[in-house]
Amino acid sequence: MSEQSKITQDFFESPVVTSNLPPKEQRTKLLQALLDMDPDISFDDPLENDMVLNMGPSHPATHGVLRILLRLDGETIVSAMPELGYLHRGYEKIAENETYHEFITHTDRLDYLQPVHNNVAYILAVEKLLGLEAPPRAQYIRTMLSELARISSHLVGFGVMAMDVGAMTLLLWCFREREKIHDIFDLVVGARFTTSYARIGGVAQDITDEGLAAIKAFLDQFLARLDEGERLLNRNRIFFDRCRHVGVISAEDALAIGLTGPNLRGSGVAMDLRRDAPYLVYDQLDFNVITESEGDSLARYYVRLAEMKESVKMVRQCMDKLPAGPVHAHEPKKVLPRKERIYTRMEELIHDFMIVNFGVDPPPGEVYHAVESSKGQLGFHIVSRGEGHPWRLKIRSPSFCNLQALPQLLKGHLLSDILAVLGSLDPVMGEADK
Amino acid sequence: MGLESALGEGYLTTRLDALVGWARKNSLWPMPMGLSCCAIELMSAGDPRHDISRYGMEVMRFSPRQSDVMIVAGTVTYKMAHVVRKIYDQMAEPRWVIAMGACASSGGMFRSYSVVQGIDQFLPVDVFTAGCPPRPENLFNALIELQKKVEKSSVLDYRDRKEPIIV
Ligand code: SF4
Repeated sequence: MSEQSKITQDFFESPVVTSNLPPKEQRTKLLQALLDMDPDISFDDPLENDMVLNMGPSHPATHGVLRILLRLDGETIVSAMPELGYLHRGYEKIAENETYHEFITHTDRLDYLQPVHNNVAYILAVEKLLGLEAPPRAQYIRTMLSELARISSHLVGFGVMAMDVGAMTLLLWCFREREKIHDIFDLVVGARFTTSYARIGGVAQDITDEGLAAIKAFLDQFLARLDEGERLLNRNRIFFDRCRHVGVISAEDALAIGLTGPNLRGSGVAMDLRRDAPYLVYDQLDFNVITESEGDSLARYYVRLAEMKESVKMVRQCMDKLPAGPVHAHEPKKVLPRKERIYTRMEELIHDFMIVNFGVDPPPGEVYHAVESSKGQLGFHIVSRGEGHPWRLKIRSPSFCNLQALPQLLKGHLLSDILAVLGSLDPVMGEADK
Repeated sequence: MGLESALGEGYLTTRLDALVGWARKNSLWPMPMGLSCCAIELMSAGDPRHDISRYGMEVMRFSPRQSDVMIVAGTVTYKMAHVVRKIYDQMAEPRWVIAMGACASSGGMFRSYSVVQGIDQFLPVDVFTAGCPPRPENLFNALIELQKKVEKSSVLDYRDRKEPIIV
């Protein structure tokens, strides 16, 4: 009997000192029971025993309300499964009960980091259905603001990823830049980020010189600011160690799962709808499709960083080329008339009444239109039966598809690597859950 | 510390309620229940421009046990409502709730099968904030209104059972 248990026995065999101790026989029994117990851990092989851990849906690093179920072996992830649906708002059903114009506001809230781009994506699908095209000036404005929205979205992706792996400063810097973009939207669109800017056949209102000047002022200083942030990370040992070789996915796997956007380009596949299936005025702009070959978190980070610089280039080109002219197509039965004309002219009043109450009347048919949003391929599939509202509207949201790669990306990594992987995937739950 | 140096050898009399109310109001630690778009404006409220720390509230705690006021920012679905309630239950009293944005206040633009039509259906709300999303300025407005409410509440019965504030 070891020293330790001897002491214990003494204690157990001592006379009753206080009245509330159990009687001696009972204590002896208890002692015997304790001594008989096998002190060894009763697992055959401790490593065989997995732990199931629940992460989210309220967790600061899951970018909203993502829940991940993890099976852990020690700290290593054996398998992971994302659970979606905590932000399911029923967009596709809502769309069936709203006119095409009414649904524009809902597209803002899909991917709430870059609302303008969603507005434009949806409107392009509707315009394709209607067989309508916005005038060149409107197209340029849409492109310009979409690219600004892409910058603002990547800024959050960039900042949040850095924060998740421990660099808080960068998030604040990114938000400082984002505020400037919000100011531009405030000026041009009238809202900070729920913009609802695109309209069927054009945009809500023309961009003013003041707005253009604000964009120019932003662009002039942005690259220097981005460079500051970049220098914080690009030579940071801790950041590198946490992101390199983490969450690696090969090009074949990425394509098989359906990854798109920066996540796919981080695996070396140069797929970008802006170049491959140009919409808006992308065919008139000069830009590069950024790819990285490693396919790890670091590669996806580099892609985002470089894409912001490309976006700056594109916005500049749009500003140089911005043509004069109207921002609404001349299609009185489909395009909402200007407010001042509704108040003064009979015909516009009637059109406005018809469009607002019964909606535009598209031909029966089906269209699918996809754009390259900052998260990947964002598509709208509209089935029309010739009524004022869609019969069915399906949203192909990039975040939803990108999240499907999580089980594969996380497998075999440590628990703390989840942050680096999730941050580099940059999902937005509003869009993933729809 | 500041008070002692100002008073020198003197002393101060006050009501316990006033003292505790003053202390509570100036150290409200938020629990950011960021669910969707409004959460981005909540993050903006903490950015260098708006700087929520001016109100002594920069200490965002993601653990409910360390926080005083839950800011529900975003659309609450039925699936999420259980989680939100559970997190509220874990917060130590005294605790307050701000419903940020149209969705949290009333379901907002989502009259659909999956969205709770206002968090007051399952949580006691102190301040409702209008906007979709509310600008950070309006969130601060809500926080200031909440501070007024906290200041006035009593130590024993912290929850002022009067009507919630709508800003
Ligand atoms: S109130 Fe508006 S911005 Fe806020 S969560 Fe709801 S839809 Fe999004």
